[in-house]
Amino acid sequence: MAKTPKILVVDDERIFRESLLAWFEEDGYDVDAADCGEDGLKLFEKGKYDVILLDMKMPGMSGIELLAKIKEIEPEAIVIMITAFASVQTAIKALKDGAFDYITKPVDPDELAHLVDKALRQKTLTEENVELKKQLDEIVKPDNLVGDSPEMKKILDLVQTVAATDTTVLVRGESGVGKELVAKAIHLNSERKYFPMVTVNCGALAETLLESELFGHEKGAFTGARHKRKGKFEMADNGTIFLDEIGTVSPKMQVELLRVLESKQFTRVGGNDTVTSNFRVIAATNEPLEDRVKEGKFREDLYYRLNVFNVFIPPLRDRPEDIPALAEFFRHKFASAMNKKIEKISPAAMDFLKSYEWRGNVRELENAIERAVVVGKGDAIEVEDLPFHTRGERADDAENETSLADVEKRHIHKVLLRNEWNISRSAKTLGVDRATLYNKIEKYGLKKPDAQ
Amino acid sequence: MRINVAPIRFANSELTKRVVETLGRVFRFPVDTAALELDLDAAFSKERNQYYSTKLIADALGKTGDLEGKVLMLVDFDLYVPVFTFLFGEAQLEGKHSIVSVCRLHEEFYTGKTDDEALFQRTMKEALHELGHNFGLVHCKDWNCVMHTSRGVEEIDVKGAYYCDRCAERVPGFVKSAAV
Repeated sequence: MAKTPKILVVDDERIFRESLLAWFEEDGYDVDAADCGEDGLKLFEKGKYDVILLDMKMPGMSGIELLAKIKEIEPEAIVIMITAFASVQTAIKALKDGAFDYITKPVDPDELAHLVDKALRQKTLTEENVELKKQLDEIVKPDNLVGDSPEMKKILDLVQTVAATDTTVLVRGESGVGKELVAKAIHLNSERKYFPMVTVNCGALAETLLESELFGHEKGAFTGARHKRKGKFEMADNGTIFLDEIGTVSPKMQVELLRVLESKQFTRVGGNDTVTSNFRVIAATNEPLEDRVKEGKFREDLYYRLNVFNVFIPPLRDRPEDIPALAEFFRHKFASAMNKKIEKISPAAMDFLKSYEWRGNVRELENAIERAVVVGKGDAIEVEDLPFHTRGERADDAENETSLADVEKRHIHKVLLRNEWNISRSAKTLGVDRATLYNKIEKYGLKKPDAQ
Repeated sequence: MRINVAPIRFANSELTKRVVETLGRVFRFPVDTAALELDLDAAFSKERNQYYSTKLIADALGKTGDLEGKVLMLVDFDLYVPVFTFLFGEAQLEGKHSIVSVCRLHEEFYTGKTDDEALFQRTMKEALHELGHNFGLVHCKDWNCVMHTSRGVEEIDVKGAYYCDRCAERVPGFVKSAAV
């Protein structure tokens, strides 16, 4: 049940005070009253009030003085001033000093009721807002950016450094390395975090659609534009716009983008009014933009406009030490989401994950773990739960293996993993004796994964 | 328990009669008119051209000791307390006395047109409302309950002419089916 709102009335005139007290009590409020500023302050310091009504003119400490003291103790306190001297100056002074509003004596009951309702609603919203921001602050840590490798640490450092500024950031890296996660981490650690981060996948939209998507359109701007629509730049006001796959944008749109990034102003498609939006730009690409510039396919000025601060995320294969932490992170994430009691990844499976090439980067690893959690039956993810275990040799893997020795090494490794490094079983599968297998393990430098 | 309806300089005897009769059906105890003389001049404010309702109740306190039960005063002039611009009525919370002014319940006050039925309905609701305070009820959040606060005559029209089940528990002898 909601708590009864608590109101404090401070008025030196007994009749006024008692009438308000009785009126609020009839309305079901919990009310306290004081007949002077000094006593009002004492009550305020002791109790927690949702709304405080202060008479402006009282002997001793005036309402204005009491307002200042209350605001000093609790800046968020909601104070309504009551004045018998309805002068604009005193009212403005009170409002300037932080009063919520003022009301003149005699008070219109309807006006007072509305004012108190409004004040209580504001109080509730303010409290909710503070609580939500607190919760948001707790979740903004870039948890998804997992990894202990020096490369990852460097990225996290860069994120922290650039988040504090309003600089345009270009995030680079292969598909699936987590460019959007880096953008999100920058946004969530910036002062813009309470405003939206709007993502536009530039590669997914045709040129005309992209224009309307980015800048919005007026009603009737084109067939099907039945309503006025805000564009992504407008939606990102005070927040961040994340332009993914920026390398795919057409030359015409590159001109438009450059103009908007420089002026922060644009017009909606089919409109004449200039719209101004205060956004921060984070762009991402998996293409070598410099090459595209040389080829004349990407504007050099736009390239320099975007490439103010560069964050490069290396492919997962170049930082294999991040794989265990990432795999564990995804195992925990999906096991919790699917409510499955999968508490670990078996050493063999982990070794398999570490030795895999991850052409699809973190996204591929995430998908592999998700699948493993879906099909997994025990309390650990096993090699056979991983998708590529049953898929057989990857064509591109086979292409990279140039010698018979490579194929042999890979095959022995796979058999060992499948048999959890049980030498006898593996030797039997391979059709060799144990001594031969030991020789091959030594020859190819195969290592048993550390026990977890 | 009984309810004494005391018209104070109240010319509309037809309305008094209907209110007394209806209250008599709504409560399972006697409801009747009672004669009461108050010092109206003492409660009158020349500046505001209104009567100070708390003073009228205070005056009635000393003159109704012989009346058993509740005393509901009906007046046709406008009421005030210093802090508020006007009042539809005032009551002692869990007390004996209440006062209802029909001044702002007249349709003429707003549109210039006479509507006796609206006046009766509004008067009944305000009478039940102030009596509810006498029985210890505070304002109710239920829009249909007569104890819902009314900031304007429109809100009086919207709310019901009966106590909601929760409020009715504190009103002895209330017959919901007989409420207007």
